[in-house]
Amino acid sequence: MKAIVTVMLKAGVLDPQGKAIGHALNNLGFAQVGEVRAGKIIELELAETDPAAAKAAAEEMAKKLLANMVIESFKVEIAA
Amino acid sequence: MRAGILLFPGINRERDMVLAVRQSFGTEPRIVWHKETDLTGLDLVIIPGGFSFGDYLRCGAMAAQSPVMRAVRDHAARGGYVLGVCNGFQILTETGLLPGALLRNAGLRFLSMDTMLKVERNDTVFTAKYAKGEVFRAPMAHGDGNYTADEATLDRLEGEGLVAFRYHDENRNGSARAIAGVYSPNLRVLGLMPHPEDLVDPLMGGTDGKPLFDSLAAA
Repeated sequence: MKAIVTVMLKAGVLDPQGKAIGHALNNLGFAQVGEVRAGKIIELELAETDPAAAKAAAEEMAKKLLANMVIESFKVEIAA
Repeated sequence: MRAGILLFPGINRERDMVLAVRQSFGTEPRIVWHKETDLTGLDLVIIPGGFSFGDYLRCGAMAAQSPVMRAVRDHAARGGYVLGVCNGFQILTETGLLPGALLRNAGLRFLSMDTMLKVERNDTVFTAKYAKGEVFRAPMAHGDGNYTADEATLDRLEGEGLVAFRYHDENRNGSARAIAGVYSPNLRVLGLMPHPEDLVDPLMGGTDGKPLFDSLAAA
């Protein structure tokens, strides 16, 4: 079973990478681009058959290591 | 004061730290590999700078999970002294031994230059040989030195006198309230981004960082 963990900087935390990407897109002519936020996606292959257990485990992993809760938030999705 | 210097794969400033300790303490520090778990006999644990585990995931995130850091937590809980510089500071925040986190520099550029630091208080074991309010030069070399914490934490740090150093000339990495280094509540754990160990001998171009190590030696 695959868990997909998306880690993003919390709202309000300055995201200089997102800003730089936004500037670059504007420079490429994409004038419609406003704020850009950059994060990361971590895919976990889990030896689990129960989606609820897989989600709980992935959330535990996110809190302990994958995300730094001081600056980041995360969300876990279970892929079928 | 017996010092140990932690070594993780990717750490590259440990030799500078050995020189600083040797010079001020007059003793040879013990190099402690990240898989070791026995810190018996050490009064001070130093976590030097570098790029532990290639900065994978987040700077210091992997090192924070290594066996030696469990021993460092115990050492700190016993009231032992801990000094983390640059990546060492990042590792201490990732471990939770110091509050806050270090984000990518606000200007996105890796900063390799001297900066000026202001000593916020000189009644700690790390700063006794400086004057309160003294400004000294310290080299910095980091891509992720932008200190951040929520407003309540920042207020608490300032209210309880736990800000160790502030950037005095220019806050180039965008740190909240120009904070360059912070203490634990018992003032025995210090983390800072710039490198005092890189200015401890006239041959290095100055001795601005030496009082920090002399302070520890005299403790």
